[in-house]
Amino acid sequence: MAEPMAGGAVAGADGAHGAGGHAAGSHGAEGAPVLATPRLGRLGSRKRTLAAVLGAAALLAAVIGAGLALGPAASTADFAAKSLPPSAAHPFGTDWLGRDMLARTLAGLSTSLLVGLLAAAASSVVAVALGAAAALGGKRADYVVSLLTDLMMGIPHIVLLLLISFALGKGFWGVAVGIALTHWPSLARVMRAEILQVREAPYVAAARKLGAGPWAVLRRHMLPHLLPQFAVGLVLLFPHAILHEAAVTFLGFGLSPEAPAIGIILSESMAYLSAGLWWLAVFPGLALVAMVMLFDVVGTGLRRLVDPARAQD
Amino acid sequence: MLRFALRQIGRFALLMVLVSMATFALVSAAPIDPLQANVGQAALLGMSEEKRAALASYWGAGTPPLERYLNWAGALLQGDLGMSLRYNAPVADVIASRAANTLALMAVAWAVSGVLGFALGVLAGVRQGSWADRLVRGYCFVLASMPTFWVGLVLLVVLGVGLGWFPIGFSAPIGTLSADVTFADALRHMALPALTLSLVGVANIALHTRAKTVDVMASSYVRFARARGESEAAIVRRHVLRNVALPFTTLQFAQIAEIFGGSVLVEEVFSYPGLGQAAVTAGLGGDVALLAGIALCSAALVFGGNLVANLLYGAIDPRMRANARSVRKASVGSVRGARKEARHG
Repeated sequence: MAEPMAGGAVAGADGAHGAGGHAAGSHGAEGAPVLATPRLGRLGSRKRTLAAVLGAAALLAAVIGAGLALGPAASTADFAAKSLPPSAAHPFGTDWLGRDMLARTLAGLSTSLLVGLLAAAASSVVAVALGAAAALGGKRADYVVSLLTDLMMGIPHIVLLLLISFALGKGFWGVAVGIALTHWPSLARVMRAEILQVREAPYVAAARKLGAGPWAVLRRHMLPHLLPQFAVGLVLLFPHAILHEAAVTFLGFGLSPEAPAIGIILSESMAYLSAGLWWLAVFPGLALVAMVMLFDVVGTGLRRLVDPARAQD
Repeated sequence: MLRFALRQIGRFALLMVLVSMATFALVSAAPIDPLQANVGQAALLGMSEEKRAALASYWGAGTPPLERYLNWAGALLQGDLGMSLRYNAPVADVIASRAANTLALMAVAWAVSGVLGFALGVLAGVRQGSWADRLVRGYCFVLASMPTFWVGLVLLVVLGVGLGWFPIGFSAPIGTLSADVTFADALRHMALPALTLSLVGVANIALHTRAKTVDVMASSYVRFARARGESEAAIVRRHVLRNVALPFTTLQFAQIAEIFGGSVLVEEVFSYPGLGQAAVTAGLGGDVALLAGIALCSAALVFGGNLVANLLYGAIDPRMRANARSVRKASVGSVRGARKEARHG
């Protein structure tokens, strides 16, 4: 409170010797009481968001790196140390073969993450193609895409993933293709709306009237608007993709039992839960939840950064 | 209204046909031969040679796909879903015997998550920014990041194994005849799966209800009501609840798909003998007819839910009963948008 008071006094003094017009002080109108001053040293909202996004992204990269590095450690059995509860040496405990659960969890997370990234990226390509077709392909294409969307949403996600995985003979491709084929509707709808909106925008009409060709319009006026939306949609697809990958693998339709994946770890743990080995399920699951939340932080943060209208959300 | 209803039912029929095509294409594209995969099963052991050959040509590569689909769909229309090789019984019987378990589970979870989600969502939206709002939003954010089956596992560990309050699996005590199972037993065995599904389901409903409530609270008619001196309770009753009811209906019926998907996972966790567990068994065991049958059932349930929601709008929203077609069209369009938003927001 001391600072505004001082500022007010300076402004008052300014006013006193008649130099009213130049408003030298940084504290507004002369003599007026200052209602609110920004706290000093407070980071701007954008900077904080950017820091959160970068921090979360770095953490996720670290998880991938650690998982890949710990791959061999995750599968070494040590029968002298089997079924140990969490301790300093094994923060997540060990399983019935004496494998360190922290190493297994990290390896599993990085597998799930990479599968999720791949599948979500493929799904976003489908989304852009269908969104663009719906927006630009005329009424009939729009109807077909909306019918496809209804069809996708009509069968419960998990059941559809089971069917696709079954059709492809399960395994890595079963779950990856399944996720790629089922996660596009939300992003496709966003892309369709954005394309329709940009196409009608006055600046696009102006560029056309100025003689810009279709490619120039696309590159200079449409893509800069669409790319950020696409990036945000892509990042927000990851959490869904990763959760569904874990679920399908958990049911036995996804990655093979040798792969270190969170779904495998959790489904194997089921046989030991009634024997009291609770840490086999609790910690890997918590780690997965934390990772999904990190992706959400990155996604919503990115949206705030690229979409000024929602910057204050 | 009649035309509207007929159009909705027509779309329902079209989507069911498309789903049956997609389902059939997927299950018959599988590299798994249903006969090879079930060689040791009782259904095949007791089967005569010509019956096996008939089954092979029914599912096998010898017949063109279109013909196989028409055979299957034709039988389907007469109520014949085929034979389940895993359970050695007609698919319709397997589904009927398990549907009761799943539907009871889903009904409880659907009702609980709907009521709780609506109440929490309205509370958080009306008191935007308060600690209650922050609590609800935090809960939704955390729960939305949790895999359903893991929530089930944790509840199993804590309430089932740790505290011993609930049985840890199945739908009845082990070793009792099905005739001896009491209603209380059935409830106790359903409690954990239903709790899991409800806890997860609340997040989605509450979050979207809250967003809609915030919109309504920021509207000019609520501001005008405040200016007239209406109390908070009156505003909630007269304006908020009525305007949130419509998107909530959409959401609540769209939730059926989520709850069905969740029940597949939860049934697997709790060894609960329902449709979801049967679907997983069928998928892992190459029981093509059963898998296709359950997929169709789930789709019928979801589309049926959407159909009911669409037909309910007229009952809920007086504006849709008015004969002005333009009004109706506009609001149905926005409702449909809201539904898609809700499913994938």
